Order: sequence, then C-alpha cells, then structure tokens
Amino acid sequence: MKFIGLAAAAACLVGAPIASSAFAQQLAPSPTLDAVKARGHIECGVHLGLPGFSFANDKGEWTGLDVDYCKSLAAAVLGDATKVKYTPTSVQQRWAVLQSGQVDLLARNTTITFSRNATLGVDFQGINFYEGQTFVVRTKAKVAAVKDLADATICVAAGSTEEKTAADWFRERNLKVTIINFQKNDDAISAYDQGRCDAYTAGIGALAGQRIKFKDPAEHQILTEIISNDPQGPVTRWGDERWQLVVRWVLNAQIAAEALGVTSKNVGEMKAKSQSAEVRRLLGVDGKFGDMMGISNDWAYNIVKQVGNYGESYERTVGMGSALKLKRGANELWTKGGLLYTPPFQ
Amino acid sequence: MKTAPALPGWIAMLRQRLFATPMDAAVTLVCLYVVWRISVPLVDWLLLDANWQGRSRDDCKSSGACWVFIRARFGQFMYGMYPGPERWRVDLLGILIVATGLLLSWRGLPQRRAAVIASVIVLPPLGVWLLYGGGGLSLVETREWGGLMLTLFLAVYAGLIAVPLGILLALGRCSRLPLIRFASVVFIEFWRGVPIITVIFLASLLLPLIMPTGFNVDRLARAVIGLAFVIAAYMAEAVRGGLQALPEGQTEAAQALGLGYWRIQRLIVLPQALRIALPAMTNEFISLFKSTTLVLIVSIFDLLGIAQAALADPAWVGMNMEAYVFAGAIYWFACFALSQWSRLRERQLQAAHGR
Repeated sequence: MKFIGLAAAAACLVGAPIASSAFAQQLAPSPTLDAVKARGHIECGVHLGLPGFSFANDKGEWTGLDVDYCKSLAAAVLGDATKVKYTPTSVQQRWAVLQSGQVDLLARNTTITFSRNATLGVDFQGINFYEGQTFVVRTKAKVAAVKDLADATICVAAGSTEEKTAADWFRERNLKVTIINFQKNDDAISAYDQGRCDAYTAGIGALAGQRIKFKDPAEHQILTEIISNDPQGPVTRWGDERWQLVVRWVLNAQIAAEALGVTSKNVGEMKAKSQSAEVRRLLGVDGKFGDMMGISNDWAYNIVKQVGNYGESYERTVGMGSALKLKRGANELWTKGGLLYTPPFQ
Repeated sequence: MKTAPALPGWIAMLRQRLFATPMDAAVTLVCLYVVWRISVPLVDWLLLDANWQGRSRDDCKSSGACWVFIRARFGQFMYGMYPGPERWRVDLLGILIVATGLLLSWRGLPQRRAAVIASVIVLPPLGVWLLYGGGGLSLVETREWGGLMLTLFLAVYAGLIAVPLGILLALGRCSRLPLIRFASVVFIEFWRGVPIITVIFLASLLLPLIMPTGFNVDRLARAVIGLAFVIAAYMAEAVRGGLQALPEGQTEAAQALGLGYWRIQRLIVLPQALRIALPAMTNEFISLFKSTTLVLIVSIFDLLGIAQAALADPAWVGMNMEAYVFAGAIYWFACFALSQWSRLRERQLQAAHGR
C-alpha cells in the first residue's frame, strides 16, 4: 500500500498547474495533461520490442500498433503526432515506471486483469488489441476453427500456460488431441515447422511474429478464433480522471472513425461536407467535445489525419499491409463480427 | 644396427606427442574428426555460405548467416538511437580517448605523470559534455544512447568511480581507526552481498519512487553508480589482497623516516600493492564489462539490448543467431583486448621493478 501511496503522491506533484484555456475553471484539474502541454511531448511507455506492436525500425523510429496509439494521443493533445518520447519498459519495471510518473501512460501489450486493476494502482482505459491464445496450422490442412483440430498433434512448451489452456479446452469439449511437450518454446516451434505436429499454440500476437521465421510463412495460417482472453490496452495511474478521459476517448475516436468511415484520406472532405451528426461531433464541427476535455476541438481530426483510424493503423502495423499478415479476427468492429466497440460520440 | 631414418622435427614431434601409442592415435583421430565435424558447418555458416550484400531479408538467399542484418543495423548496434547527425561526437570522443591513451603510454613523454593526472581530470567531464551536449552542442538525452557506445560508457564511467573508491575502501578496511574500518567493512560486505541485477533494479525503480519529484537523477547515471558501488566492493577486496602481501616492515620503516600516512600509501604501499593486485583488478573489470548487459532489465539498450530489440523488427525477426554471434564477438574482443593490456602492463611493471 505504501508503494501506491508514494506513487499517488508523486502523481499529484507532477508539473505545476497552469491555466491553459478559458474552460480551465469548469474542468477538473489534470496535472498530467498540464504537464504534457507544458513539456510539449507525451511520455509513452512502450514494449522493449514486440514485432508489429512496438519496435524501432532500421532508422531508429518506433513503429507498431501500440506506438500508433501513442502517436494518436499526441495528435489529439498536442496537435502533432510526432511529439512523443518513448520509454521502452520491460515486464519487470513497467508498473513502477508508470507509478513513479516517469511515463504518462503505458501502451505496451499488457493484459487487463482484475487483480492488476484492483491492487496495482493502475487503470485500464479500453482495449486496443484482443490478444488470446490460438493456433498456427498449415494452410493446406483445411482447418478453419479450433474444433477442426480434433485428432491433431499439437506442439507446446512443457509446463507453459498455453499447454494447460489448450489441454483444458479440448478436454472440456471431449475432443481428442495429442499434445507433444518440448523443453523450450523454440524447440516446439521448430518441431512444428519441421512437420512433427499439425499445430503450434501461443498468443495470437506472438504467433504472428513467429510465423515470419518459418521456412515458408505463406504455407501457414493463424486461426482467428481465440481460446483464452487477454485483452490489452492503454494503462494510466489512479487519479487524474480528466487525463484518463482523454486516454480513453482517443482510443474510442480511433475506433469510431473506422466505424463511421472516416479515413486519413477522406477526413478533410468529411469534416467539410459530412451531414452525419456523429461525424460532425467527432471531427469537431459541432459540439466542442475537445473543450470538454481541455484539448483542441479538432483533436479527433488530427488523430485520423496524422495517424489514421484504427483499421488503417491495424493493417499497417500487424495486418495484411505488414509483415505479420494478421487477420482482423476479434479485433474487427462489432458491426463486422468482431469485438471492437466504442460508445457513441454524443 | 639399423637406425630409423631421421624425420623432420615436426613430424617427429607429432609422432611422439599425438601418435605415440595406438590408443593415442585413436584419441587424436577422434578429436580431429569431432573438430572437423564442428568447424566445417560453422565456417560454412559464418563465412562461406553467408550473405553479405543487400538491404533486406529477401537478399539473404543462401543458407548461411545473414550479415545483411548486421550491416543494416550497424549504426544502431554502435550508437543506439543516438541521432545520426550528432554521431560524430561519439566518434570524436572515441578518437580522443584512444589518442590520449597512446600518447600517455609513450614513455618519452615529458611531464608524463602530470599529463596522466590532467587527462584523468579533464577527459571524463569532457566525455559527458560531448555525449550529452549543452553549452553549444544540442542535447542528446541518455535514453537515446545505446549500443556499444553505451556499453563502453557504462564500463568506463563505472570503472572510473569504482577504482579509486575500491582503493580507498581497501585502505579503510586495513586502517587502524575502528570507525573507518567498520564503515569500509559494512560497505564492502553490503555491496558484495547484493546481486548486481538487484542493485540495478533498485537504483532504477525504487529511487524515483522514494525521491521527491523534480529531483530526478538520470536513469543511466543511477545505473552507473549502482554498478560502480558493486564493483568498488570487489575491487577493494582485490586491492586488499595486494596490501596484505606487503611486509609490515615497509610501513614501519617509512614511519621511522617520518613519512605521514598518505605519503606512505602513495609512495610505498600502493605502487607495490596495485602491481600485485593488477591481475585481480583486471579480472573484476572484465566481469564488470560483461555485467553491464544486466541494465537490459531496466530497458537501457546496451549492445546486447539493442541486438535483442532489433530482433523485434518484423523485417528481421528470426535473426537471433546473427545478433548474438555479433554481440558476443564484440564482447569477446573487448575482454580479450583488456586482458592483453593487463598482461602487458604486468610485464612492464615487473621489468621496471626488476623482479
């Protein structure tokens, strides 16, 4: 508890409050947002390196789905998607880095769980990736769903969570599978690649990264059905509700933009001509939603213009436009059979 | 009486040492076979079948190593995310250090002792200024530092703190004043007993939580200090070994001549003790150099860290062997150079002291 108290005290002290707009009196105080505006960039805690989600390319630029979220936040708050500084965080240090105020938020493939939410002094502001365990199989094997793997052999690392989840899943459904255990993940993967098993199982994001290593990645497909539930999204400290509001609705704006058909290419036209009430509110033509959060009214316009909507970001970083070639699956809009959902901009 | 025809020396030697009995011959042949079976695929992978030319994974068509990856990432392996147009500052510092080192090792240098002291005083702050910037140079935050440059920085600066601190601690532990002796023993035993990984973790995570906001010590500086304290404790024990090897009579004789404590240490005790302790100190320093990779757990991208980070780029996923072989080779060269330097110094010192 002392840990959280210290963190909360540190969070309260970050940055001197500055009156930033005429609405400052009506808005709840937000030390984090004030600090971000004063220093002129977002401090984003990202993953040390995870293909498709957060990594530095040959030129040293951070890229990936989580990095795109950080950029969207910068576009919304500061009007410039490039105004982000990235702090790579390891699994061991991520919470402390957030709690001590070294970063404004974490966007780093962190699973949302009850106990983390309840005990770590952190809040989860939505889901930008529905991670979950699934299987990679050979394309020619004609496996469309996990149940089609009945009577198949599956390579796993011995004693891993994945082994237990997979075994439970098939047992509960009275399906027979042969699970072959290996000492290490890498051994299980290469055994699958050499044809000893019909499938290998891991988290969907990890599988997408692994598939690139196979001798011929195009011969393998990753099932979009997931058998475990590991939703991931941006994380903030407790306290500072207005900052949480911004973090949450930036993610919602990315999703809403896709649902409303607003893309980086047509966003200017949509802003000028769209008759849809929700599009007009989203892009700041009506409603002054930015003012209500203490940021510019064209916040969502800037997100879509500079970074793109969720779908554009997904396709570019982990989807078909990237090396990972991951299908949308659960990360498709609710209107198209996926789980991505946003409350309305009303 | 028949004599065997005289064989050339080396054949005789081979026969005597490797093929003296049928058993010896069998062992030799088996060993040769094993070496052959290992080295042929190794050389094939490392050199003969390796891919050298190109820009992307697609250019790596043959079965060997894909050194294209190392070439594409070479800048990051050396400098991390240090901004490209500013990298000359790192190069300049490297050249300065090497040039100074060469100059100082030239025995004919006039005022050599003064020059050594001057460079030890001037170079470290100059290095920090060149790398970090300020005062005319643009600021490069330490989070952008990385790669080999960061590994060397950690080792050199931690060493710069650890060596003098270690010597003081060793003197303190041998001191006759109980308070100083007790404090030194406590410091040494504490830092020697804590795993380096714990020290780095605490320095990086606990300090920001317990320190008032606004009073922020750079996270790289925290790592340097943490490393330096641990190594200082080990160095102190190495130096103490040297101190205890000296006969007590030398100190007593110096006292009889009326020399004070610090002059005795500086003129008589330390020059001999350090010479004796040099191999052990070098050993500690090599171990420090390799321990710097532990900063990876607090997300500081040293050489090994940047190599691992490169593996997360979908463009290069799966190049694990290349990354680790390259990083390992650089560590090996650095450590080997260090131990060669130490042996050279030992020989020079022994020659100088006529032992």
